[in-house]
Amino acid sequence: MSLEVRFPLRRGEFSLDVDLALPGAGVTAISGKSGSGKTSLLRAVAGLDFHEGGFVKLGDSVWQDGGKFVPPHRRGVGYVFQEAGLFPHLTVGGNIDYGRKRAGKGGAEDWLELLGIGGLMERKPSTLSGGERQRVAMARALAARPEILLMDEPLASLDAERKAEVLPYLAALHGELSIPVLYVSHDAGEIARLADYLVLIGEGGVLAEGALGTVMTRLDLPLAQGRDAAAILETTVAGRDREFGLAQLEFDGGSMRVPDMGIPVGAGLRVQVAARDVSLALEEARASSIQNSIHAVVDSLRETGYSEVVVSLRAGGNTLLSRITRKSARDLELASGKKIVAQVKSVAVLG
Amino acid sequence: MLSETDVAALGVTLKLASVTTVVLLALGTPLAWWLARSNWRGKPLIEALVALPLVLPPTVIGFYLLLLLGAGGPVGGLMERWGVGPLVFTFGGLVVGSVVYSLPFVVQPLRDAFAAVGRLPMEAAATLRAGPWDRFWSVAVPLARPGFLTASVLGFAHTVGEFGVVLMIGGSIPGETRVASVAVYDHVEGLEYGAAHGLSGVLVGASFLMLVGVYFVNRRARVVAS
Repeated sequence: MSLEVRFPLRRGEFSLDVDLALPGAGVTAISGKSGSGKTSLLRAVAGLDFHEGGFVKLGDSVWQDGGKFVPPHRRGVGYVFQEAGLFPHLTVGGNIDYGRKRAGKGGAEDWLELLGIGGLMERKPSTLSGGERQRVAMARALAARPEILLMDEPLASLDAERKAEVLPYLAALHGELSIPVLYVSHDAGEIARLADYLVLIGEGGVLAEGALGTVMTRLDLPLAQGRDAAAILETTVAGRDREFGLAQLEFDGGSMRVPDMGIPVGAGLRVQVAARDVSLALEEARASSIQNSIHAVVDSLRETGYSEVVVSLRAGGNTLLSRITRKSARDLELASGKKIVAQVKSVAVLG
Repeated sequence: MLSETDVAALGVTLKLASVTTVVLLALGTPLAWWLARSNWRGKPLIEALVALPLVLPPTVIGFYLLLLLGAGGPVGGLMERWGVGPLVFTFGGLVVGSVVYSLPFVVQPLRDAFAAVGRLPMEAAATLRAGPWDRFWSVAVPLARPGFLTASVLGFAHTVGEFGVVLMIGGSIPGETRVASVAVYDHVEGLEYGAAHGLSGVLVGASFLMLVGVYFVNRRARVVAS
């Protein structure tokens, strides 16, 4: 099963052309600057807007093709809007039952627990916090048992504190959902934590698409050139060092130690390594406070600004980024294919 | 205190206002829904037509309805051919006149209420498997409820207060087309101030209570919604 989406989206001056075949599982993030057409694309997939000449197909169901246009209520999509859009005249329970009854398929209880809203069922939406509203909106969308979940910047209307409150629930959903998710966001942090696949749109088309780790580390794209450039590693907890309170993480291409947060051995853990936290050396330092050294091979370099370069490094099947000064790059005689040791100063555990 | 004919006039008024309100809700709801959501370029034309009874003297409306519905008029003639007889000087004619006269008082609150519902809840309902008819009844109507209340009461009250249109097309047939406002006029003409006082007092009291009711209920609805 996969999602095929082809569109010429036009409205006044705005135009966006896409031709995508997206994974039928996991979270696909759609990112780009505001005004690039992220939301328009999502609305077109849901059938909320009609665009001439489009094609949408999920698995075996064709939703739009030539003269065929399946209206949104017959598509089996779950949609989470930026502003939750709960029905103010119904309780939380009534909101959740609205789609569940119409879909005619029971069982939303598991989502209620996962999203932590079991205790809110009798409340009216007007009495909920912004974070609670978004969680209810997600539960409501999932209660209708959709075949795909579409989320339009579900955290954008929340302040930082609320965002931090909802993000863990989203991450938990990520692990539990068996349906594909399209997640529109311009927030690199959210994407790094939630997405598996990334579609970057801009300049009226698709700038890049691919596995999250690949797109984030492509030096020709704005993500890797920015100050917050980072690489994503999917690791497994291989062991725990109780004496020093550290956990040993292994990944294709190396291993590293991070503060032990009680995650069981054998569990998967996604970590983020910022380019500015990776320094390069020609050989492993014998005595250093830096615990994590990864043997890697230089893949390519790119100047970013006057004095700095960003270097992409291959370690097994993974790619790391390092941001160093142009002078260091010359002193180390960095070039494609050169063997190098990447010293990682800090790692963010994303969960 | 009220004479038998005055009670009959109040009865006709009550019946006329009730029937008119029901007809107006049935016609006004789809019209208001369309006005709230359509982007058609010619929409201002329809909006102006709906608002026209607000600015026209009731006698002008009555005059044209008289021509239209009378035996020689296009509608009246058609009805005569079908064997229904002309509508002028009948209760049915009063209903037609009142519907035209009170149309804006029902359509405008409904249109504003539907517009206030916004697109988001309707789109959310669509992604939750509700078809157009379903989401109209399950989302738009409940959310526009204060608008329905305002529209009903204004349509009813405005029909109670109607005078000019009735006089032109209804005459003053006791028990049939003689409404309370016309009865008051007749009393004053005949210098029967006592009878005019009685009937007028009833109208003032009833209208005031009705409006107080609306404002109270609408305030509560706003407090609940916010």
